[in-house]
Amino acid sequence: MDIQAWTYIFVTFSFIIYIAVAIWSRASSTNEFYVAGQGVSPLANGMATAADWMSAASFLSMAGLISFMGRDGSIYLMGWTGGYVLLALLLAPYLRKFGKYTVPDFIGERYYSQFARMVAICCAIFVSFTYIAGQMRGVGIVFSRFLEVNIGTGVVIGIGIVFFYAVLGGMKGITYTQVAQYCVLIFAFLVPAIFISIMMTNNFIPQLGFGSKLAGGEGVYLLDKLDSLNQELGFAAYTSGVKSKLDVFCFTAVLMVGTAGLPHVIIRFFTVRKVRDARLSAGWALVFIAILYTTAPAIAAFARTNLIKTINNKEYVDVPSWFKNWEKTGLIAWADKNGDGIIQYRYGTAFKGKPKFESGPGPHGQRLITNDLTDSDNELFVDCDIMVLANPEIARLPNWVVGLVAAGGLAAALSTAAGLLLVISTSVSHDLMKKIFIPTITEKQELLFARIAAGVAVVLAGFFGVYPPGFVAQVVAFAFGLAASSFFPAIFLGIFYKRMNKEGAISGMLAGITFTASYIIYFKFINPAANVPEKWLFGISPEGIGTLGMVINFVIALFVSSFTAPPPERVQALVEEIRIPKGANMAHEISA
Amino acid sequence: MSSKNLKTEYWKKNLQYLAVLLSIWFTVSYGFSIILVDVLDKIQIGGFKLGFWFSQQGSIFVFVILIFVYVRLMNNLDKKFNVEEDEDPE
Repeated sequence: MDIQAWTYIFVTFSFIIYIAVAIWSRASSTNEFYVAGQGVSPLANGMATAADWMSAASFLSMAGLISFMGRDGSIYLMGWTGGYVLLALLLAPYLRKFGKYTVPDFIGERYYSQFARMVAICCAIFVSFTYIAGQMRGVGIVFSRFLEVNIGTGVVIGIGIVFFYAVLGGMKGITYTQVAQYCVLIFAFLVPAIFISIMMTNNFIPQLGFGSKLAGGEGVYLLDKLDSLNQELGFAAYTSGVKSKLDVFCFTAVLMVGTAGLPHVIIRFFTVRKVRDARLSAGWALVFIAILYTTAPAIAAFARTNLIKTINNKEYVDVPSWFKNWEKTGLIAWADKNGDGIIQYRYGTAFKGKPKFESGPGPHGQRLITNDLTDSDNELFVDCDIMVLANPEIARLPNWVVGLVAAGGLAAALSTAAGLLLVISTSVSHDLMKKIFIPTITEKQELLFARIAAGVAVVLAGFFGVYPPGFVAQVVAFAFGLAASSFFPAIFLGIFYKRMNKEGAISGMLAGITFTASYIIYFKFINPAANVPEKWLFGISPEGIGTLGMVINFVIALFVSSFTAPPPERVQALVEEIRIPKGANMAHEISA
Repeated sequence: MSSKNLKTEYWKKNLQYLAVLLSIWFTVSYGFSIILVDVLDKIQIGGFKLGFWFSQQGSIFVFVILIFVYVRLMNNLDKKFNVEEDEDPE
């Protein structure tokens, strides 16, 4: 059977499972809709958190990014895992004890202010929307390449599925669907990795394989081979870094702190029954995430070695069919600068911008591009988003593996999209409607609002998927920067510093957000030409600036709170209360 | 000891645990994998340079271990100070 048939089989089969799970576990009360009735076991919650967290970016893009960045790719590996340590130790158990449904709830109550709640709601919605647009792009890539439908149709199918189980099932439906999605995505990620590891190094554990000697009697370590391949082509050695240490430091810190501050991740810890379960489920979540995250760098090294070996200095007419298939999607392009019909892959960009194609084929059958060429000897453009999807084909694995990977990519994108949708719908129905505009709302009406909001959000997200704004990649920096510079300090200080008052927290959040947002907007949108290391503040890139924003937030918050009135008695008592696991659970009182 | 003192004592112990665990977290990720990575890269174990290994593998393993150590420490602390949750909160 060909790849397309296998893809159809795996995708259809996995979708049937998701729908079945959603019907079986649909929500009937707001408590179930928001926090799954707080009856999820730590293990299941950990798995669901892992699927929720690992998005199209983790599954599809990350290994590709690492394979082009080499050691600097560790920014993503550490940044997107290290945050769980902060989450488990500093936030999750206390927020669980607090027991309310959302991050704006906590901010609003702890800082006894509707304004603080409002700031938190706006951040939560903005962060979740920027994030969800990226997921829909992932769905689009998978559908357009493997099912050969146009991106629009693919996105509409994806939306239909998400709409069905997120709107119907709420948190309960989403949680159990995510457990299924985790199983699909991790299986799909590991199978090709194990195959390729065996083929290249005779070691079936990818984590060890990429530190082993190459199979075939060369007696060379894979990473040494890759270092020398990279250097022959003019790149830096794979295991060395090119970014400045300070920038790597800040970028990693933003991703870590941002992870701990992302509302769709935090909200997961409200779904377990006890404080100790919240601690444990953060641990399980990281175990499940680590399985993928320690495999990704191995895949990156394998894929890069294979890519260079199969493509570089080969005649275009002889390249394998995957190359031409991806060329059709516009994610690979070749500019035959010296007219020799041979693909030269070297350091540097082949041409300016993303490829734009002419209508007719070139002399060797390639798609001709109309971009301005650069002086670099490099003739090849490869979008790093395709590496994971193309990897099994590059390594000539059986067709069913390729189909499986496609289903895994969809599982990753859909599970994250669903989690984000829930945050958006909760923010609207619970935080905005119930807590600010119509406090008298009944539970039934609130549930209706939640479903309507989820419905509107899913359609909007789909719109972004069909017409992806060119700035998706840029706004992801925004999501983490904002989460790091707004939520994390406010929540952290709310728990660990009893004296923190609303004046301090609000001015801190506003200062952090304003600083971070204006820095990113300036370099990414207003003056992108100036986006070079020499012009950056202390050499910190817009991606890493949230770290500075966070520091500013902390400093301003502590400074302002030191000369304004301390928080009222009842708030100080609340802080005392959330610090110890024992005692009444506030959410139960309210929902009862 | 009064219950107020007990709570303060519990919180203090918690903060001590956090300080130790988070310093390990910082040392492994920012220390070994970013600041000292080139120094550690001079040591090679199998096919891995040590700094590179920490930045792409080791740090993640350490993160996982840290959380489970924390869970264990806190569960014991909860018991010791008798602040664990009732078996059935309903």
